[in-house]
Amino acid sequence: MSTLVRGRIHSWDLSTGVDGPGTRFVLFVSGCPLRCLYCANPDTWHMRDGKETTVDEVMAEIEKYRAFITTAGGGVTVTGGEPLLQPAFTGELLRRCKEAGLHTALDTSGFLGARASDELLSHTDLVLLDIKSFDVNTYRRLTGGELAPTLSFATRLDRLGVRMWIRYVLVPGWTDAPEPVDGLARFVAGLDAVDRVDILPFHKLGAAKYEALGIPFPLRDTPSPAPDSVERVRKQFRTHGLRAY
Amino acid sequence: MTVGSRTDAWRGFTGIRWREQIDVRDFIQANYTPYEGDSAFLSGATGRTWAVWEKVSALFPEERRRGILDVDTATPSTITSHAPGYIDRDRELIVGLQTDAPLKRAIMPNGGLRMVENGLRAYGYEPDPFVTRVFGTYRKTHNDGVFDAYTPEMRAARKAGIITGLPDAYGRGRIIGDYRRVALYGTDRLIEAKRAERATLDALDSTAEVIRDREELAEQARALTELTQMAATYGCDVSRPAGTAHEAVQWLYLAYLAAVKEQNGAAMSLGRTSTFLDVYLQRDLADGTIDETRAQELIDDFVIKLRIVRFLRTPEYDALFSGDPTWVTESIGGIGEDGRPLVTRTSFRFLQTLYNLGPAPEPNLTVLWSPRLPEGFKEFCAQVSVDTSAVQYESDELTRPRTGDDTAIACCVSAMAVGRQMQFFGARVNLAKALLYAVNGGRDELTGEQVAPATAPLTGEYLDSDELAAAYDRMLDWLARTYVNALNVIHYMHDKYAYERVEMALHDHPVHRFMACGIAGLSVAADSLSAVKYARVKVIRDPETGLAVDYEVEGDYPVYGNNDDRADELAVGLVESFMAKVRRHPTYRNAEHTQSVLTITSNVVYGKHTGNTPDGRRAGQPFAPGANPMNGRDRHGVAASALSVAKLPYDQARDGISLTTTITPEGLGHRPEERARNLVGILDAYTAASGFHMNVNVLDRATLEDAMEHPEKYPDLTIRVSGYAVNFVRLTREQQLDVISRTFHGSL
Repeated sequence: MSTLVRGRIHSWDLSTGVDGPGTRFVLFVSGCPLRCLYCANPDTWHMRDGKETTVDEVMAEIEKYRAFITTAGGGVTVTGGEPLLQPAFTGELLRRCKEAGLHTALDTSGFLGARASDELLSHTDLVLLDIKSFDVNTYRRLTGGELAPTLSFATRLDRLGVRMWIRYVLVPGWTDAPEPVDGLARFVAGLDAVDRVDILPFHKLGAAKYEALGIPFPLRDTPSPAPDSVERVRKQFRTHGLRAY
Repeated sequence: MTVGSRTDAWRGFTGIRWREQIDVRDFIQANYTPYEGDSAFLSGATGRTWAVWEKVSALFPEERRRGILDVDTATPSTITSHAPGYIDRDRELIVGLQTDAPLKRAIMPNGGLRMVENGLRAYGYEPDPFVTRVFGTYRKTHNDGVFDAYTPEMRAARKAGIITGLPDAYGRGRIIGDYRRVALYGTDRLIEAKRAERATLDALDSTAEVIRDREELAEQARALTELTQMAATYGCDVSRPAGTAHEAVQWLYLAYLAAVKEQNGAAMSLGRTSTFLDVYLQRDLADGTIDETRAQELIDDFVIKLRIVRFLRTPEYDALFSGDPTWVTESIGGIGEDGRPLVTRTSFRFLQTLYNLGPAPEPNLTVLWSPRLPEGFKEFCAQVSVDTSAVQYESDELTRPRTGDDTAIACCVSAMAVGRQMQFFGARVNLAKALLYAVNGGRDELTGEQVAPATAPLTGEYLDSDELAAAYDRMLDWLARTYVNALNVIHYMHDKYAYERVEMALHDHPVHRFMACGIAGLSVAADSLSAVKYARVKVIRDPETGLAVDYEVEGDYPVYGNNDDRADELAVGLVESFMAKVRRHPTYRNAEHTQSVLTITSNVVYGKHTGNTPDGRRAGQPFAPGANPMNGRDRHGVAASALSVAKLPYDQARDGISLTTTITPEGLGHRPEERARNLVGILDAYTAASGFHMNVNVLDRATLEDAMEHPEKYPDLTIRVSGYAVNFVRLTREQQLDVISRTFHGSL
């Protein structure tokens, strides 16, 4: 049955140090239920735009890099888009990667965390969990979705003992208010399975994609955060005993 | 620091073989102490080191402004031609300059008088009439000899730029003397050994070959005597072995200095000296006669000297090679045949000079990489790369089984056993242009001139893959034959008129020779073949001349550099087939045929001289450097790109396969601490995949763009291009734009 599982993907890439540990094969799947204002990959929003593929085909591509990424201390990361929009495909892919002895990471907003079965998570070595905001209203305005599913997904991962790296995109005027950051830090500090928190300064490198797609980039005029603001937010997390970078 | 006898000089050393014959490798193996720790022991620069470095580097802005600081126009350089010179006599630990003043250049007309005269005039100096008379009337040069023996076909191929960069008007270089021998044995013993080698020829019939060998060995012994005299003017008695670490560094440097006083070679590489010197430094450290600070000072001072090696060259030459390169390549690290790492504390000390003196392109620090290197060393190398971009890596796993564990790199990627092997440098042919010649029946696509023998041009509206392959194969047959024969002419004449006396004196006799051919434009040629095979390529012909001058690609095709076998095997096929063709032609002195996939920075110039190509590249657009995928066409990140290059078979390109990568700092990790660790992983994985060479730049585009606009802010900005490092602000604007247009492997 495994060979028949199909999914829609945008592209794949090899990256180092940014999508989990080491050099990794990064699969970008198509389709995402959220519409984050700062999204850097608007070309992955719609499943229908993706290329239909099978797990076997993806595994054949990964196989070409198995020796390289293993030696380089990396693995495979499934990102997107939102991988949990295609849970059967993502789950089967993670299972096959584990079977092949590869380290696996799932990069998700957690918004569709309920769709990840315990089995899928048992094949996931690391979840890169993007928590976009800790303020319910900001979360809604920023992403078009709800915060609660992400938080309950985090709690569930913690219970299952699935390791997590929390990712927090720092957007001036949107996610840099000290109080919600503090709230998030307190929440994350309560999760034993969290290994680190990455503060990712907002950037506009995706702007060209919006232009190419002919859609307005909502945060076109928003600046990148100042270095001391990034450092302040890191400190807030560190105050709660977290490793924040 | 006077030591009387050889026995004193060798006190505490063990091993037998190296005492009985000239064998530096055996000495190293018997005496070195591997170091498996980290970089914590290293010392910073002392005030003395800084004073010397600041004094000489204060001259750099003026040198940059004028092109050269000064030149002695009247004295053709020899080992003994110039009085001693100093930077700061009271402070320098290691002494010796090419002329009597720092950065003052010398003339070396043996290679070619015109090169010297053009070089002088370009910088506002008049050639000396006496020198012109001697080398114009009485003394023939290498350049004169070559042009006496070139055929019309060779000249045409050279002029059209299908064979290019040939060392027919300048010193060929890429010969590494085993400068360590002077420190270990002293010149008396080396002269004795050279005489013994010559005596073995006495009983042979005096054929041309034997006579040449006898004369060369006599010249070698004479050069060693001159080295002894030159050293004496600096107060050093190199006739005897070095007795201390200080002397060992000094003796070794004086031997190298003799070479750069005698030869203006394109690449004047140093060899593999750090672990050899470490034996002496360790002995003195153990004796308590020096401490770590002093040990580092000796290496720092040595490296200052290596940084100021200068030759008189023409601005055109500098434009081709990006600045003023000397390729003082020092090979560091690697693993011994017995499995012990050849990493010592002095391997670290050499790399530390990039912090102590700041980043610089020379010496060309080259790490022989193996996944089995000690972790502490690997991390330090990677950290230095992340911080300075000044290090290149070559696979010790590929060189050790072929040229042994005393291999050094000459120039960028040419591996040779130090003191046992040498090469005849052969620059390269332009494979992309050859493909256009195949389409046009041997006529040049830009000038219309019939350069290769006339064959039927391809006439179809669309290029046919089989037809093109057959025509290309025939064209490459012709190219290989013309090329090898031209190289034979060049090296015959170079031996005759510009023989590297002192460098060859520091080799065994007989020496193993390589004929180092090379190819450029590999990715353009491979992508062109792929476009014809997997898409449709329409030919646009000039109605008047009938020449194919442009191509329209209809559809997509697999591109070299994305780990896609369909395209990559076309590149592999080209490397294999051209090597096989080169091997069919006899070489001067029976040199072993090799080739490189390397362009240095001449990829820009080759591109300029090559018309539109069937891959969609526009006329004049630079080629990718070395074995790199075309800029911007590798779309899946550094690992995919590197794995494509790693498929090129090293045994069919034993002179080296060059890959230059540029990774943004973020592209190696969010945190600075992770970046070195992740780079180690990439280097391990690339080496394990049989990748040969990697230049690593850790830079972002914005930095380079800013450096273009504000060069004064970045005097030390060093970047790796093809096989060596350059000072970014010294590149031509065109080359800077080429570097910036290259693929940056980053992350979003």
